[in-house]
Amino acid sequence: MKILVCISKTPDTTSKIAFKNNNAQFEDAGVQWIINPYDEWYTLVKAIELKEKDPSVILHLITVGGADCDAIIRKALALGGDEAIRVDTESDDSYVIASQIAAVAKEGNYDLIFTGKETIDYNGSAIGGMLAAKLQVPYLSLATQFELNGSEAKVTREIEGGEEVDAVTLPAVISCQKGMAEQRIPNMRGIMAARTKPLKVVPPVAIEALTHIVAYELPPAKAGVKLVPADDVATLVKLLHEEAKVI
Amino acid sequence: MSVLIFIDQSEGHLKKASFEAAAYGAAVAKQMNTNALALVLGNVADGLTQLGNYGISKVYQIQKDIFNHVDAQVFATVITNVVKQVDASIVIFSHTQTGKAVAPGVAVQLKAGLVTGACALPQNDNGFVVKKTVFSGKAFALVNITSPIKVITLNPNSFGIQMITENATVEALEVTVPNATIQVVATNKVSGEVPLSEADIVVSGGRGLKGPENWGMIEDLAHVLHAATACSRPVADAHWRPHHEHVGQTGVQIAPNLYIAIGISGAIQHLAGVNRSKTIVVINKDPEAPFFKAADYGIVGDAFEVVPKLTAAIKEMQSK
Ligand SMILES: Cc1cc2nc3c(=O)[nH]c(=O)nc-3n(C[C@H](O)[C@H](O)[C@H](O)COP(=O)(O)OP(=O)(O)OC[C@H]3O[C@@H](n4cnc5c(N)ncnc54)[C@H](O)[C@@H]3O)c2cc1C
Ligand SMILES: Nc1ncnc2c1ncn2[C@@H]1O[C@H](COP(=O)(O)O)[C@@H](O)[C@H]1O
Repeated sequence: MKILVCISKTPDTTSKIAFKNNNAQFEDAGVQWIINPYDEWYTLVKAIELKEKDPSVILHLITVGGADCDAIIRKALALGGDEAIRVDTESDDSYVIASQIAAVAKEGNYDLIFTGKETIDYNGSAIGGMLAAKLQVPYLSLATQFELNGSEAKVTREIEGGEEVDAVTLPAVISCQKGMAEQRIPNMRGIMAARTKPLKVVPPVAIEALTHIVAYELPPAKAGVKLVPADDVATLVKLLHEEAKVI
Repeated sequence: MSVLIFIDQSEGHLKKASFEAAAYGAAVAKQMNTNALALVLGNVADGLTQLGNYGISKVYQIQKDIFNHVDAQVFATVITNVVKQVDASIVIFSHTQTGKAVAPGVAVQLKAGLVTGACALPQNDNGFVVKKTVFSGKAFALVNITSPIKVITLNPNSFGIQMITENATVEALEVTVPNATIQVVATNKVSGEVPLSEADIVVSGGRGLKGPENWGMIEDLAHVLHAATACSRPVADAHWRPHHEHVGQTGVQIAPNLYIAIGISGAIQHLAGVNRSKTIVVINKDPEAPFFKAADYGIVGDAFEVVPKLTAAIKEMQSK
């Protein structure tokens, strides 16, 4: 069983969001980078659990990005996994990222590919579905539970208005969210071990981007809160009915 | 050169977000002087001609039992074939569970640029630029799609619908449907309650409510407003409420018309899931709670006193 886990880096969840170069680029000065929470807490930890159950599982991590991703991928390796692959290119186009991962995945013949539900910076929710289409394998999105039985998997996933349990024959691509696993903190042994685990840097395949971010915008500032005294809820109801027109 | 809008259905009923996608797609088609076509996969008996009210001129329908469940690969392949057959150059989905599962596959099969989570009409004076939410609602990106075919998923509750009185024509399509790639073992729909992602109004509780036994008043308020209920992450982690109610950066992201936050401090990770709500009401006993900075209306007070009074006052207004 070979598993590939997709890892992306994002600004820490408390980062100030600001832009530079005429709003064309994210202002990364002073920003602390973390592993995308979905990739770390739910996706990677689930894969590690599968390996703990069956030590013959081969677990690889992949990230597409520049050398500034190395610290993040080492941090991921400190949680678990046998080796990491970094495809040495940067892009803000999901199609390019998915194509890079697909090229590595094809060569590695993985049985299972895990992605996070979405990145908390670009909010694409796209890479998993694109990968599945590129590899022509089933895609199970928004998984909350996952059980492996040989080459069969049982996946519980969020669908509109509820959940669905699906059976699938591997290979498959699964996007993971809350429920899959519990957050773990890397321990000293893991951190030491990660230093000697292989991190392969591979060149990108040639793919033309289909989308380009031209600028960023910040939402207009809120007008400020209107406070209503606690003993006058009738006024709040009136405001919601007549001013905001939401009830 | 037309615009094709995917209309999602469940158990024969069209999904609410799809009407918004239809209206958005029709507006895109108008910008480009072309037709808005809709595609419905599955057995839907009613409401198809009424899609004309949202600006759709023609509805294509493929009735097959395999479409009772969303198999992402099957849907993507079928939709791709229809796009080619009707010569569409723009494909629109809702940014819902179904759209997120299917649109990326369609984009790859068509080698089309994809923008997910769109929140405004494209600007086409300089390319084809779509505005989308990024940084979990804290900013927007303007994304230029440069491929000949373009795929967009629209954030629910982000486009104002203007209805017209027109009927759409309905035409059955014949396409070959690939074999299922997944086998559905069970479905578990949350029945009775309003699903969180589709709710116009959401009433949400945090750690300030002290324990699960105090959620009765939250449910009462939600009930009078026909609202869905939600909660902060620590509340779900402590199993006071089910996980699917957890909103925020790592939970569900929602954008209702009205979000009422009760006993929630307003941590940045919580706001990331709710800051696209049109109107935010905060009830918190601490005047310094950060949530008040993100709120439109607020009451500084004890939830245990304020919430039952609020429920009563809403009932009174409704009875008038
Ligand atoms: C990477 C990361 C991701 C996270 N993701 C999420 C997420 O997705 N969603 C999320 O919610 N959190 C998330 N968190 C946690 C977040 O940082 C906060 O800890 C959490 O939102 C706090 O929940 P709370 O507001 O319910 O509780 P608290 O912060 O404890 O706030 C309780 C509030 O209730 C008020 N209160 C107390 N008693 C009363 C009363 N009687 N009447 C009225 N008000 C009262 C208090 O004044 C206080 O403001 C995340 C954290 C991290 C680090
Ligand atoms: N640059 C990247 N390198 C590796 N994996 C990525 C990258 N970007 C996104 N992913 C994976 O794809 C998931 C969804 O990302 P997105 O479609 O951008 O929301 C993430 O949770 C990651 O698992």
